[in-house]
Formats: sequence, structure tokens, C-alpha cells
Amino acid sequence: MNTPANLKYAKSDEWFDPATGKIGITDYAQNQLSDIVFIEIFVEEGDAVEAGKAIASVESVKASSEIYSPAGGKVAVVNKDLINKPESINSDAFGEAWMIQLEGGSAGDVMDAVAYEKHCEERAH
Amino acid sequence: MTYIPTSPKERDMMLATIGVKSLDDLFDAIPAKHRFPKLDLPKALTEMEAMQELSDIAQANENVRGDLISFLGAGMYNHYIPSVIDHMLRRGEFYTAYTPYQPEISQGTLQAIFEYQSLMSALTGMDVSNASHYDGATATAEAVNLAYAQFRGKRRKVLMSPSLHPQYREVVRTYTQGMELESAGDDESGIGLSPEAFANQVDENTCLVIVQYPDFFGRIYDYTKLIDAVHAKGALVCVVANPTALAMFKTPGSMGADIVVGDGQPLGIPMWYGGPSVGFFTTRKNFVHKMAGRLVGETVDNRGQRAYVLTLTAREQHIKRERATSNICTNQGLLALATAIYLSVLGKHGLGQVAKLCYQKAHYAARELNKVKGYKVSSETFFHEFVLECPAPAAEVNAHLLEHGILGGYDLGQDYPTLANHLLIAVTEMNSKEDIDTLVEVLSEVDHD
Repeated sequence: MNTPANLKYAKSDEWFDPATGKIGITDYAQNQLSDIVFIEIFVEEGDAVEAGKAIASVESVKASSEIYSPAGGKVAVVNKDLINKPESINSDAFGEAWMIQLEGGSAGDVMDAVAYEKHCEERAH
Repeated sequence: MTYIPTSPKERDMMLATIGVKSLDDLFDAIPAKHRFPKLDLPKALTEMEAMQELSDIAQANENVRGDLISFLGAGMYNHYIPSVIDHMLRRGEFYTAYTPYQPEISQGTLQAIFEYQSLMSALTGMDVSNASHYDGATATAEAVNLAYAQFRGKRRKVLMSPSLHPQYREVVRTYTQGMELESAGDDESGIGLSPEAFANQVDENTCLVIVQYPDFFGRIYDYTKLIDAVHAKGALVCVVANPTALAMFKTPGSMGADIVVGDGQPLGIPMWYGGPSVGFFTTRKNFVHKMAGRLVGETVDNRGQRAYVLTLTAREQHIKRERATSNICTNQGLLALATAIYLSVLGKHGLGQVAKLCYQKAHYAARELNKVKGYKVSSETFFHEFVLECPAPAAEVNAHLLEHGILGGYDLGQDYPTLANHLLIAVTEMNSKEDIDTLVEVLSEVDHD
């Protein structure tokens, strides 16, 4: 399991990059969902989002999941390329597959990489 | 699974086990007045006697396969049904139509649904079709669900044309109760308006505009301009289409429709007593994740052979729960198969011929009826159904026709008070020239009465 140390993590498996304001879902989450075939992003550029609010929905071949924002702030950019390449969430969850980028984003209820890894391990048992 | 009822002896054993004397004592907690009354059934009959009695009852029916000449349509149409359809439908492999969750044992059913979807997409000019809904009215209501979900509830108004089938409008309203959705646009005064004028009612809160093709009165319009105007205001358009007409006229897909739905009954399904039927639902590829219902896709198995599976199931309610577009995933498997067989037996050419026969016979009927004193055909561009203004209330005209073995048209006054003396007359390939001439003759008599 890949868990970059520079990111912050929500219990509901989203990541937030305090340096860039980007948000996505974790490697653990994509692995649980299996092959992702569809993503719909609910927010638009300029919208204000609150931490904990649903910002997107992903569908895999077997499951569907809502994505909650791990941070609050103003949506600066929506990754429109992701709509046509939802499979990149499986291949590059922390890179190419970021979903939105916040401007002046402040993290909500998040943890660091070590705590998140522990959170994932606990659920595995 | 075999159904084995309990014997009186077994029932007594069970009652004894739980310490209750009789069945009546078991239901003691239910007040006597709410209990099911004693059944007072007549003496049991032998199979021969039962058959005789049932056939006597059935003979009281008058049907359109011999007893009556029918000019009744308004959503259900009397078309010829090739006998091969029943032969195929009654095959054991198809007769038990249950959702084919296990592709390894359901290739036949899955392929049949896939063929159905391909045929419906081709007929409507759309990208994708689901595996069907209950009927045309519920398919229309599912179009509302799609549009509502597409705008994530931010647009909460549905505009329905007043020339959309009155019962479809009622079903849409019933279906969308509790969604805090406003349905508007179907004021009777608008039945004479052009489709373009209808677009003026679209506002920022409108998610969907629903029109019918041909409309409830049988009229044919090119909705291209309407659709462009609605799109310019950001809303979607659903066209409710008659599938027979699509073999002859421009497809709603080519007009730019976002959703095309309708009732599949004209494609090889008897009128029965008004149902069951099948609803088709087609849309554009970019709306597929918001579409309700089952969807079958073609793929390859682990040996590289062509295979069929249910696909994009994560959008459905058994996975997406309350976030799904709809809580309906049932399809009319057997009747969807009937339409697929009908379309493959007739082919593009055959269906086109059926449509042309309907069109020509309906126009012959309209021309002849227009010549009868006191009657006036008020439709101009129509397919196989038209409005006939009568010199007497429509119900009286129909009663007179029935005395002469003719099932008349649909009494439009039931839904449109301003059309109290108007009949909606449907003509199909099943009506011979003699049938039409008889109708004209009998109606001429009404005027003399």
C-alpha cells in the first residue's frame, strides 16, 4: 500500500495535499473499489466546499462510492481529464487522478500517513 | 420449486404442537369482523366441466380478431402478430424470465436482451437502450428520473406537452410524488400551439421537456427546432415515440433528442385487456450512468469467445441504494423478446411497409370521413391516427358504431373538455378498405338520425 508522507488523509479514504490544495482518493480506496469505470464530480470551479461534504461519486464494476472532501475551501480547478480516464484512479491515485484543487484549502478532520496506514490495517482484520 | 400444501392432518399436528385447538383459535387475536369470510364455493367441477364453463364465460367477450372492427388506438394498436413470436416465447429457455445475474448459465437470455437493445437503438436513432421498463408510461417517468438526477436536483421542473398521452402525464405525476418536482406545461389551451412556442416556457429551473411523436392526436412534428431551443436553455428533451412510426419518419435521435422512450406494444404484443406491455428507453451515451434499469453488454469470455453480461450495474439500486436514479430495475424480459422477434422477422423493409400501410389507410379513412355531412377531420399532418369532429357527443357516436360491430375511436372529451364531440380514430394495416367503408357508411347514418 502506497501512502505518501506529504499528504493528509481522511477516515473516509480521501487525501488532501496541503501544499497544492489537490484532493483525490487513496491507493487503499481504489484497491477496495476494484476497476473504476465512472466518475462524476459534483462541484464546479468557483464553488465553495466544506470538509466532509460529497464532492464526487465513483463507480467500479461492483461498487459505487461517494467521495467526501477532506478539506474546505474554494474550488480552483476541476480535473476534467479524469472524467474520460476514470481508470487512472486505479493506476495513479495520488498523481494523475486528483479530482479537484482547492484555493486556500484548510484540512478538515484528517490524519498523517502513519495514522492512516494504521487506520487501514485495523480495517483489514 | 414444487408447491406442497399442508394436509389437514399436518395442520392439526402443528396446532397441537403450539397448543392451539383449531385454526379459528389461532386467529383469535384478529377481531372476527376483520377475518376473511367463510368461503362458500360451489361443488368442485371435473376438468371437462370447468373447461366448458370457462369457455362459455370467454365467449361473452367480443374481440378484434373476428367479432369487431376496431378503430381504437390512443396508445394501444391493433397490429398483425406473426405466429413465430408465440412459438419462440413459449420455449422453456425464455419463458421463465428472471434477471440473468449468472452469465455462465444465461447466455441465451442475455443475447436476446442485447439484440433487443440494439434494435431499439437503431429504431430510435439513439446510442444506447436499456433492457426495458414496464410500459411506455413508466419509461416516460424514468426519463424524468434521469433528468432530475442529471442536474442533481438543481432543476426541479418538468414541462409536459398537453399533447402527451393524458395517462402518461398522470403516471409521471404519480411516480414523481415526494420529489418536490413541479410538473407544468400541459394546459389544454396549448394543444394548438407549435412545438417552438412550447420552448418559451422553459426556464432555468426546467430539467426536462417531454413531447410525443406522433403526438396523442396523431400529429407529426419535426421537433429539431424545439430541441435546439430547449438545449440553448440548458434543459433536456424526452421524445415519447410510437415505434411503428419510426420506420417511416425521421428518428428523434436525428432531431437531437436526449431521451427517446415509448411503448413497445405495437411491435408484436397483443392489446390484451390493456396490458401487460413493454416500455423502451433509449438515450445518449453520456447519460448512460444516469439511466435506470438493466443493461446488457457484449464482451469476450476467458477463451476469447463472444459473450454477454449485465454491465454498468453499479448505477443500479441494489448497489447504489438511495443514490441510484431509480428504484426500479425490473425489465419486461419476455415482452421485450417479443418485440425483438417481431422486428427481426419483419426487418427494416417489413416494418416500413407496415408503417406505410397504416399511413395510407388512415389517410384514406380521413379523406372519406371528411366527406360525410356533419363530420370534420381536424388533423393535417398525421401518421395513423387523427381527430374527427362529430355532430353528436362522441360517446353516442361510439354507441351507435358498437351496435354495428365497430369499436369506435377514443372519446377525447374524457381528457380534453373542449373536445367533447371529438373522436381519435386509429387505422392500422388490420383495417381493410371494406372496414373503412363500413365505418364511413355507419357514421353517415348517425347524421341522418
